[in-house]
Amino acid sequence: MPAMTLTEKILAKHSKSAVVEPGQNIWIDIDILMTHDVCGPGTIGVFKKNFGKDAKVWDPKKVVIIPDHYIFTADKMANRNIDVLREFASEQKLPYYYDVGTEKYKGVCHIALPEEGHTRPGEVLLGTDSHTCTAGAFGEFATGIGNTDAGFVMGTGNLWLKVPPTMRFVFDGNLPPYLMAKDLILAVIGDIGCDGATYKAMEFDGPGVFALNIEERMTLCNMVIEAGGKNGVIAPDKITLDFINAKNKHKVPFTPMYTDPGAKFAYEKVYDISKLQPVVAKPHSPDNKSFVSEVKGTKLDRAYIGSCTGGKMTDFRAAASIMHGHNVKIDTFVVPATTEVAKGLKTEKMHGKTLEQIFLDSGAKMGEASCAACLGGPSDTFGRLNQAIRCISTTNRNFPGRMGHKEAEVFLASPLTVAASAISGTITDPREYIA
Amino acid sequence: MSKIQDVITGKAYVLGDNIDTDQIIPAEYLTFNPAIPEEYKQFGKYALSSVPPSQSGLPKGNIPFHTDNEFVSPYTFIIAGKNFGCGSSREHAPVALDAAGIKVVVAEFYARIFFRNAVNGGYLVPFECQDRLCEKVCTGDELKLDVPNCKLHNLTTKETYPLNPLGEIAPILNAGGIFPYAKQVGMLKS
Ligand code: SF4
Repeated sequence: MPAMTLTEKILAKHSKSAVVEPGQNIWIDIDILMTHDVCGPGTIGVFKKNFGKDAKVWDPKKVVIIPDHYIFTADKMANRNIDVLREFASEQKLPYYYDVGTEKYKGVCHIALPEEGHTRPGEVLLGTDSHTCTAGAFGEFATGIGNTDAGFVMGTGNLWLKVPPTMRFVFDGNLPPYLMAKDLILAVIGDIGCDGATYKAMEFDGPGVFALNIEERMTLCNMVIEAGGKNGVIAPDKITLDFINAKNKHKVPFTPMYTDPGAKFAYEKVYDISKLQPVVAKPHSPDNKSFVSEVKGTKLDRAYIGSCTGGKMTDFRAAASIMHGHNVKIDTFVVPATTEVAKGLKTEKMHGKTLEQIFLDSGAKMGEASCAACLGGPSDTFGRLNQAIRCISTTNRNFPGRMGHKEAEVFLASPLTVAASAISGTITDPREYIA
Repeated sequence: MSKIQDVITGKAYVLGDNIDTDQIIPAEYLTFNPAIPEEYKQFGKYALSSVPPSQSGLPKGNIPFHTDNEFVSPYTFIIAGKNFGCGSSREHAPVALDAAGIKVVVAEFYARIFFRNAVNGGYLVPFECQDRLCEKVCTGDELKLDVPNCKLHNLTTKETYPLNPLGEIAPILNAGGIFPYAKQVGMLKS
């Protein structure tokens, strides 16, 4: 049998074929379909229009609904959309609906999915959100789809897909303390461009990847879409399996899979990460790469720490390690991705203070778990850029208008770089604060 | 939408590279539900509203896609550069262009999710060009698309540009989207 990559093997298994090849169109079985408040109502509309008013989803245990985008807003339409989800979840008896205003409320879907045990190695996860690729960190095939595709999956449990060729990125060397996964992925996107992986899978490999904790691996996979990638994937190791087994409360069996020796890659690149410097993406594109050293001193109006890619415990630990004992010089917004992360900020301590206390003492403002200003949203959204100001952010996109105003400028950077910049008011290399 | 027409004519609106879905339909309007016809119309009004003015309607720029209170634009074709539709997976993007009256996009290539959404939802026909048409066509040029022969005629400049064949997406577009297509090929009961 020809050697296949991890992505090809997962797709072959789910199409019940022994072998698949890049470029082939196949029908696959879906393990989990996720949707949220922005795309859920449209998906439900497509589902009902095509399968009938009284149709039932193909498997209620496989449809996960996580409202997260427009939660803490007075916007009537946004609130109406949550009502649509609520009604659908109750009519379909969906066990995994994480409703707003209840104890089950989670926040950002890509972080909530693994926390609640909906991600497993070797599975196929589709979500109506482009950052669904985050879950590739668990050794599964995960990608974003639109409402029509999601409506189709809701009714049938399958979808046609084109098998992507795999690009392989190998990280060698040790990650210095002033760098994070965000620097690595911004460097990759800068090198291959924001269309460099269009239609392709991006597999991350090498000792530098397997030394990362699970949250940092999620940051790598989260941003493959910023290079146009269909999915990002990392082979599961002990760190992955320990995490998954601890979260797999529904006890769903799974089969980890691995790239075969001799599998063909469409592209390979090796990075010595011990030599890399902190990276930013300048406005208005995630591939507009610079080293922090090249733009340091650039005046800023705002700093933002949050989102699926930059609002996890690892991100806040990094930011707090720099902000501790300093005052922010610019408006700084801190938004935990999920309610579980929010709890962590209230309990985990550093230098005898909770992380939340460190942020509040530094003068930062704390928001509630959600997507918040990562994608702009309604005008009363926490942290939204309502004017043409300049912001440095741990989020993943900086296209015009992404965080609100279409003339605002957004720099993307690691939580370490954003924290260092928040306390100095200009773009600052975290090495200035790390002994 | 049903079978693609053989000949499509109308005016061109020209954009550059990396037009992402936030520029096509900004996040603040995603609260409308495209499954509700009256709300579907609203997307047309805000289509392309986050494209910076200097990049709107090339080569000159500063040409609005439609006047502020219009739901439908006077253009039939979008001509764009590389990586059209990158960014978020929102199907509201091809919906917005369709609601604004766009029938065809011609770009050098597309971001994957936008392309799938356009085809599987049957909203518009995404053609790929072989030359960099966003530097050859001007906003306002009258175009005539010959679908079976994959040729785009510019009636204003008298030029003709070859387009790539639609290939495997043609049967889905001709069926009118993934649902009718899946019924045709027996993946879904009619
Ligand atoms: S946090 Fe930002 S990137 Fe992540 S799902 Fe929410 S809006 Fe999308």
